Amino acid sequence: MAKVKIYVTHKKGILDPQGKTVETALKSLGYKNVSDVHIGKYIELEIEGRDVKQQVKEMCEKLLSNPIIEQYRFEVET
Amino acid sequence: MTEPQVYRELGLTDAEYQRILGILGREPSSTELAMFSVEWSEHCGYPRSRKYLKLFPQTGKYQALVGEDAGGIVYDDTAIIFKMESHNHPSQVEPREGAATGVGGIIRDIFTSGARPIACLDSLRFGDISNPFNKFIMNGVIDGIQFYGNCVGVPTVGGEIYFNNAYAGNCLVNVMCVGICKKDELVRARAEGIGNSIIYAGSRTGRDGIGGCSVLASAEFKCTDEEKRPTVQVGDPFTEKCLIEATLESLKTGVVTGIKDMGAAGLTCSSSEMAAAGGVGIEFDLKDIPLREEGMEPYEIMMSESQERMLLCVKAGQEKKIIDIYTKWGLEAVKIGAVIEGGLIKIANNGEPICEVPVKELANAPLYDLPWEENRKSKIDNRKLDKPKDLNKVLLKLLASPNIASKKAVFEQYDHMVQTNTSVYPGGDATVLRIKGKPWGLAVTSDCNGRYVQLDPYLGAQIAVVEACRNLVASGADPAGVTDCLNFGNPEKPDRYFYFKRAVEGIADICRQMELPVVSGNVSFYNESPQGAIFPTPTIGMVGIVKDIKKRCSVPFKDRGDLIVLLGKNKEELGGSEYLSVIHGQEAGSPPELDLELEKRVQSVCLTAIEVGIVKSAHDLSEGGLAAALAECAILGKMGASIRLKDTFREDALLFGESQSRIILTIAPQDIFALTDIAMLFALPFEIIGKVGGKKLAVEGPKKKLLDLPVAKLADAYFSALRR
Repeated sequence: MAKVKIYVTHKKGILDPQGKTVETALKSLGYKNVSDVHIGKYIELEIEGRDVKQQVKEMCEKLLSNPIIEQYRFEVET
Repeated sequence: MTEPQVYRELGLTDAEYQRILGILGREPSSTELAMFSVEWSEHCGYPRSRKYLKLFPQTGKYQALVGEDAGGIVYDDTAIIFKMESHNHPSQVEPREGAATGVGGIIRDIFTSGARPIACLDSLRFGDISNPFNKFIMNGVIDGIQFYGNCVGVPTVGGEIYFNNAYAGNCLVNVMCVGICKKDELVRARAEGIGNSIIYAGSRTGRDGIGGCSVLASAEFKCTDEEKRPTVQVGDPFTEKCLIEATLESLKTGVVTGIKDMGAAGLTCSSSEMAAAGGVGIEFDLKDIPLREEGMEPYEIMMSESQERMLLCVKAGQEKKIIDIYTKWGLEAVKIGAVIEGGLIKIANNGEPICEVPVKELANAPLYDLPWEENRKSKIDNRKLDKPKDLNKVLLKLLASPNIASKKAVFEQYDHMVQTNTSVYPGGDATVLRIKGKPWGLAVTSDCNGRYVQLDPYLGAQIAVVEACRNLVASGADPAGVTDCLNFGNPEKPDRYFYFKRAVEGIADICRQMELPVVSGNVSFYNESPQGAIFPTPTIGMVGIVKDIKKRCSVPFKDRGDLIVLLGKNKEELGGSEYLSVIHGQEAGSPPELDLELEKRVQSVCLTAIEVGIVKSAHDLSEGGLAAALAECAILGKMGASIRLKDTFREDALLFGESQSRIILTIAPQDIFALTDIAMLFALPFEIIGKVGGKKLAVEGPKKKLLDLPVAKLADAYFSALRR
């Protein structure tokens, strides 16, 4: 059994309206020193068997991320 | 010396490059080269279509406004501005964002004229949805439309969806937007007054869609070609909503002399075209452009298609007024440059000149007349088609065909009520909108049967126009103006170019005869995938005037005992029909013939009868023919009908043939005399074919019973097809 942690974020350069909105909100709360806020998602899953990395890669490409506008990275803990 | 490979990669030909050398008298800088490549691409300069687009009539029965980004018509004291645009290629690459930015782009085209957007329509084409990939594309597109449209607060009130494998590798997403303003409040897309300021407003510039414009619009799709995928544009509807309000407020101040949306080819297109339209020059420095990312190259800044941005020309000394308005709405606005004499666009990067081009030359794309080759017409022999034994089954199958079935599962995801003006809801022939404070209203529709156009481009395109007219007329509106979105394959292939040429000629001829101006539009070429070209699809968007909003009309049967009247004539025609495709698996033959004189009389009688106030329901006949139209009136009205038909030709053609120029009306029995008078006035024969009532749709032919089905069963087939 392996535990997988997957991080999905916007590709560099893609407009991130959510990040932009949060950045504006933080600034309006007084955190004027904040910049470059980006929001992504974090996914955890457990998986059995071999070829874990290959399978997780496939999952990311097919479902967990949108490869056109998002990038992903993952860590496998055994 | 620029390598030929570089400018060819940008989509410029050797001859075009030579022309650029001639204009400048020197080698272009990389920024200049990129600017020429987009301005001269089909996306911006229409080099391969302009010749034929000139055929479109620019005047009609109502005063027409033509020549700016979005055109329109004038009625009463109001300018009604509308335009349709495609976002096909971006939607095929990334369905959700592609469709969403399509909606955002066309909305900006409308409000930059000073008009408040009041409605959007979406005309969509996908491959067969039994294929999961096509379904994925469709779901993404619909999600993008509902996301952007619902957030931005402009109702999505109508449109159409067709499915055919011709669109499997290249979906079509055509979005139309309608806006209104007082006619003297219109603003033009031009820079004026030497010394006036150029102001940039809205979102920051990032690397969105760089080269998307020239690369996407001029290269055919190959699915494996990951390299050509540019950075996808991502839209933000909440920013757009603020941009609408801030822009409309700015335009009311009277200090904005011109404004343009940064759409295709972003800053390049907006600055050079504003200058060219005003006969002036523009000067600015890229260091003043608000950027989202660091390290952007000058050509990237000039090409970026970041969404929700505007370029304004503001009277000198009044800049603060405008900047304050945008700031109030939470948007950035900065002065980037000024209007100058001499007709040059001069761009510097941190003081260092990087571009100096005559705008007239830049905005004047080459004009090409491409070779075309006539396609062979397909023929079918009705006599060789098997006659189906069980017509009930055929009707149920047709109602469940995705092309005819109710699109409720789709349009109920869209907010079609926001702004509270929608008075006849989507799902019928046309959607009717009231205009607050006016006795009149608007009806809007879009239409195109690509299969007809594939079989006969001239006739097919004409049918798209007259059917859009019939949709409006059946809602009680007088057709007033046309916008079009011309989706075709690769124009450099002579057989594809023939479709384009003939379809445009068809639209131009019929619009002239129907006294309809073509006020705006868009061309989308290169809609091809390895499987071949799409069906040629010149989508027609149309706006009509409902002179008395109280007399609007809708599709559902209203009251038991009402007479059902057929205007027009049934003919034995099966070519190109949905019946032929679904039941016989053939997409062949000639589309139904069009008798324009008959068509005009049918429309006049229908509209006059509705305006007099005797019509309770009206429905145009189209895909699926008479039987499908009757079924729709019954399903939507939740009441049956008994029908008796006299025509003696083959029964499948009578029930499911798609002969043009037909409308079914229902009237109270005592109004038959009034209707007869109106019909006589226009010398139109009509037929009382039955009566509303009961729980079944029963149709009898001259010899035997043809159809006998409970309305509930029809409704089940009609509503569940797209849900499943």
